Amino acid sequence: MASTTIPHRAWVEQVMGMPVSVHVRGQAARADDTARLVHAAFEELRVIDARFSTYSADSEVSRLNRAELSLAAVHPSMSEVLELCEVARKRTGGHFNAHRPDPAAHGERRFDPSGLVKGWAIEQMAARLARSTGCDVSVNAGGDIAGDAGGQPGTPWRIGVEDPRQPARLIAVLPLSTGGIATSGTARRGRHIVDPKDGYPVDDLLSVTVVGPSLLWADVYATAAFVKGPKALPWLEAIPDYEGIVVDRNGVYATSGLADAARPSGPSWPGSHSSAGRRLPAKARWNPHRPIPDPISRGDSTTGAGYA
Amino acid sequence: MRKIVAALAGTVSGLVMLFSYYTSTAGIAAPAAGGTTGTTPTTGTTPTTAASSGGTFTGSAASTRWGPVQVKVTVAGGRISTVTVVEYPQGNPRDDEINSYALPILKSETIAAQSAQIDHVSGATDTSDGYVTSLQSALDQAHL
Repeated sequence: MASTTIPHRAWVEQVMGMPVSVHVRGQAARADDTARLVHAAFEELRVIDARFSTYSADSEVSRLNRAELSLAAVHPSMSEVLELCEVARKRTGGHFNAHRPDPAAHGERRFDPSGLVKGWAIEQMAARLARSTGCDVSVNAGGDIAGDAGGQPGTPWRIGVEDPRQPARLIAVLPLSTGGIATSGTARRGRHIVDPKDGYPVDDLLSVTVVGPSLLWADVYATAAFVKGPKALPWLEAIPDYEGIVVDRNGVYATSGLADAARPSGPSWPGSHSSAGRRLPAKARWNPHRPIPDPISRGDSTTGAGYA
Repeated sequence: MRKIVAALAGTVSGLVMLFSYYTSTAGIAAPAAGGTTGTTPTTGTTPTTAASSGGTFTGSAASTRWGPVQVKVTVAGGRISTVTVVEYPQGNPRDDEINSYALPILKSETIAAQSAQIDHVSGATDTSDGYVTSLQSALDQAHL
């Protein structure tokens, strides 16, 4: 526990159809300049939302979909996102695909980069704010969180990972300094994650949480892993620098780098031959009285979990 | 009705688990088991002093499949001391039903929650689970 008080301030604004929370921690957290920078960052987010929102008929992405704009005429950030979407498609074997059948458009393919844009925008927001304020920043957009410690090691942010089986309960607490944590799952009010291969909803898993150096990629990998269903855990295990937690009806599973933070439970992951999806032996069951490891309390001043 | 009672009780207990939350001044006060029903929704109060010294924070009302839910937390000595659900869905369960479910759960979950101390919640993007939305809202409000 820190012996000195570090100022900590939060702002929340509604953007992209969700509350976006910005937390700033550092000596300048309560300064007026910091507040100005945060409000400016929210404005930038609104500009991004206006450009990429498929819900808005006038957005650049909607105009692109109606072929009212050529690829040569789009804003540079649209080109960047298009390129990132293509990389994401390849890295995920097509399980992340921004060009996908749109049931609302009679199954025709539409470009909807919103799954990637959110992580991309929030990650940039956190990085820019950390640089401009000189503080430790975390930004939470609808349960996907980007952190940026501005290059200074310090107390990581502590991110509770929701248990999809029991709302408002946690299955893990993950430390985050610089990097991202994203969770994909079945929305409680309906299924919104679709398999890009056929446009229909996927529901083998209950949730996938991915943590790593970039929220953009954590989000892409979480989304793709959710669609991969039974192949999610081995696929995540194979991605360097990223760790994941997968929850299905049988239990909680984690990639091997998350041994301390998550408490795997349930039967062995079907078909697993390696350490992926290992289950804790009965004696080592979840013990709520065992403290959750805190890098700071171990005298470890590096950024949490190696995700700097 | 039973489902609502059980879910609310489970959620309040879960919220207490999540709400082992401390600000950077971290005085440690033993959380008192809360969970009494509130009949009057309150508006959020922003304390004039720094959040670390205490105060009451009300999460935004958020919708669940059974109706709106609003959560209020009280911070004392740098710790969340009580969690109250101030607005229930329609068809409110009776007070004694809620208490009989909630109190035993709250007691044991409170001990387990001591190490949670979270800043953010990561969960599937969703606005219909009012508890998580309201929980993050209360976590945010402690630092406004």
